[in-house]
Amino acid sequence: MFAHVRPALAMMLVMSLITGVAYPLVVAGIGQAAFASQANGSLIHDSTGQVIGSTLIAQPFTGSEWFHPRPSAGDFATVSSSASNLAASNPALVKRISGSLGKEQGSGPEPLALVMTSGSGLDPHLPPDAARYQIAQIAHARGMPAAELEKLVDEHTERSLIGPSVVNVLQLNLALNEHTP
Amino acid sequence: MSTTDGLLIVLFLALFLAPAPLLGRFFYRVLEGERTWLTPVLRPLERVSYRLGGIDSRQEQRWQQYALALLMFNLVGLLALFLMLLLQAYLPLNPQQLPGLEWTLALNTAISFVTNTNWQAYSGEGTLSYFSQMVGLGVQNFVSAATGIAVLVALSRGLSRRSAEALGNFWVDLTRATLYILLPLSLVLAVLLIWQGVPQTFSAYIDAQTVQGGTQALPLGPAASQIAIKQLGTNGGGFFGANSAHPFENPTALSNLLEMVSLLLIPAALVFTFGHYVKDLRQSRAILACMLGLLLIGIGVSLWAEWQNNPALASLAVEQGASLEGKESRFGITASVLWSVATTAASNGSVNAMHDSLSPLSGLVALFNMMLGEVVFGGVGAGLYGMLLNVLIAVFLAGLMVGRTPEYLGKKLEAREVRLLVVTLLVMPLGVLVLGALAVSVPGPALAISNPGPHGFSQLLYAYTSATANNGSAFGGFGANMPFHNLMQGLAMLLGRYGYILPVLAIAGSLAAKRTVPQGPNSFPTHGPLFVTLLTLTILLVGGLTFLPTLALGPMADQLTLFGGH
Repeated sequence: MFAHVRPALAMMLVMSLITGVAYPLVVAGIGQAAFASQANGSLIHDSTGQVIGSTLIAQPFTGSEWFHPRPSAGDFATVSSSASNLAASNPALVKRISGSLGKEQGSGPEPLALVMTSGSGLDPHLPPDAARYQIAQIAHARGMPAAELEKLVDEHTERSLIGPSVVNVLQLNLALNEHTP
Repeated sequence: MSTTDGLLIVLFLALFLAPAPLLGRFFYRVLEGERTWLTPVLRPLERVSYRLGGIDSRQEQRWQQYALALLMFNLVGLLALFLMLLLQAYLPLNPQQLPGLEWTLALNTAISFVTNTNWQAYSGEGTLSYFSQMVGLGVQNFVSAATGIAVLVALSRGLSRRSAEALGNFWVDLTRATLYILLPLSLVLAVLLIWQGVPQTFSAYIDAQTVQGGTQALPLGPAASQIAIKQLGTNGGGFFGANSAHPFENPTALSNLLEMVSLLLIPAALVFTFGHYVKDLRQSRAILACMLGLLLIGIGVSLWAEWQNNPALASLAVEQGASLEGKESRFGITASVLWSVATTAASNGSVNAMHDSLSPLSGLVALFNMMLGEVVFGGVGAGLYGMLLNVLIAVFLAGLMVGRTPEYLGKKLEAREVRLLVVTLLVMPLGVLVLGALAVSVPGPALAISNPGPHGFSQLLYAYTSATANNGSAFGGFGANMPFHNLMQGLAMLLGRYGYILPVLAIAGSLAAKRTVPQGPNSFPTHGPLFVTLLTLTILLVGGLTFLPTLALGPMADQLTLFGGH
């Protein structure tokens, strides 16, 4: 039994140095050299250099002149974010969804992405349909033609061969702001 | 479902299956100390490790010594991690000045990572310093996976050696598995993940001034290095609380595919490593066929269930389609389902969608995968030694049917081995049924349940199944961070880990000592479709029937009330 104490302690130490210290440092070195923007959190800066967010993390947007992201169970808290964890059979899910209906003014049934909370609570994307559903109300609020908003959504739609098409809401809103501040 | 979904499924299967034969052969060679292209770089590190530990790498151990070395190493790891979490406030790399953990949570977390379970009763970004993540959890991510590989290698040697006393050297197997298998793959994956957007920095959290004038703290950290090994080592403990649903942990559809493939890459390759040990790759193909069959059944059922509309929403003025509650837009339905099946098949336990909000049948598939004892690919090393136990049981049953002494690969199974096999059969029922029953019987623990009706029972059942199977995923609404569950789940995790490892090593030792009987015309062949069918049925009967009543009370009742009531 005691014969194993020294190797156990020594191996724990060596493994900690290799996998717990050297490995993350090497990865950080490569990451910072090759993909600095991503490695630092895909930050977006304004003209003064102030960080205004990350392209990967949803921001809350209120008011009908903005595109709204997926609803967040944790109200967009980032430390720590949370999900609803409501079961499909939980009456509270039906109640919450029916209570939130009508917040977005669109035509036809409301897309599920706008009434169902995301897994992370910080989903930066919307399916393109869910973004288009909001166009009429934004066009009205900003007094801009719906066709231009359609074009903007189209330009910001990221298509993937192996996943659903999505629109990044923060980037879309930043583009919208540049278009008609 | 669209062509995108089809392409994703095909790519997912192809990317983890296609490299398996070559990778498996490579693993065999490095584990046996053969020279490869990595040797010049890693051999010096290996030598230094042995010298510091006073280890003679040519000295082999009997199964008792092998087991003692393993237990001592895991005990040292457990204590080190427990203390690190308790004393986090006094350790470096803690830019958010997070306090130490409450002791039951620290103990639960330490057990969780040492046993390769990675159950998380906390949220990383709000609870753990960068030091605790890297030097605490990250290290256990590597060595707990390497421990699993070591046990598998010992069992493989037990089956392939003749009249031998020793099973190899635990320290050597541990070191080689870590350095030559886990480390290089993690390095590659970590860099790919950064490219896709996963952070790797030591800077403090950044306060952003949002577009509408609010402030938003952006949690950062050395995430990519940790996420790479958490996927490859079937660990599953997220850097962030939302695990791989978090956009920093899994930013794109491509990162999602890479992480999903990594879940199964090593477990699939190890099936071939085993074939090289026993010098019969037909055995590998038979075992792989059984695993793949069970995986595909799970994927099929779960996809079908998850693409159904929720009937409870039929009367509302919303789009009628598959549920997006708890799912991320960039993954959609199919990638969320594939992940939920793969992560529970592989004993990984990371999630990219909230399992609590899955349809009842998809939740059932996830539960059932774990209840089978994590043998459908399963944990790194652990999945295959669990599967080999099922192979031995299937061989034993076949032997009973034809009235011959059962044998596998020329090794006769006798009373001692069968007794040890029965011990392993008791592990899952003990952890899930006995501890689960205790948790619903005494007042208090059930307060952790957050959903009403049968689903509430599913939440508790899922928690104890996940802990005992060393999976680590959860129905996340379950408020697990209370002393009762922290301690009981800790017990379940220890039981589920060492309740297999010790009997497996004992079986390995006793098989190694036997002579190998030449395969004759009357031997029952353990490859080919007949054996694959027998093995699959054995797994379903032994694993499945034990838990059928609990599945009826939980997810099945949930499904019937949801779909029958509307």
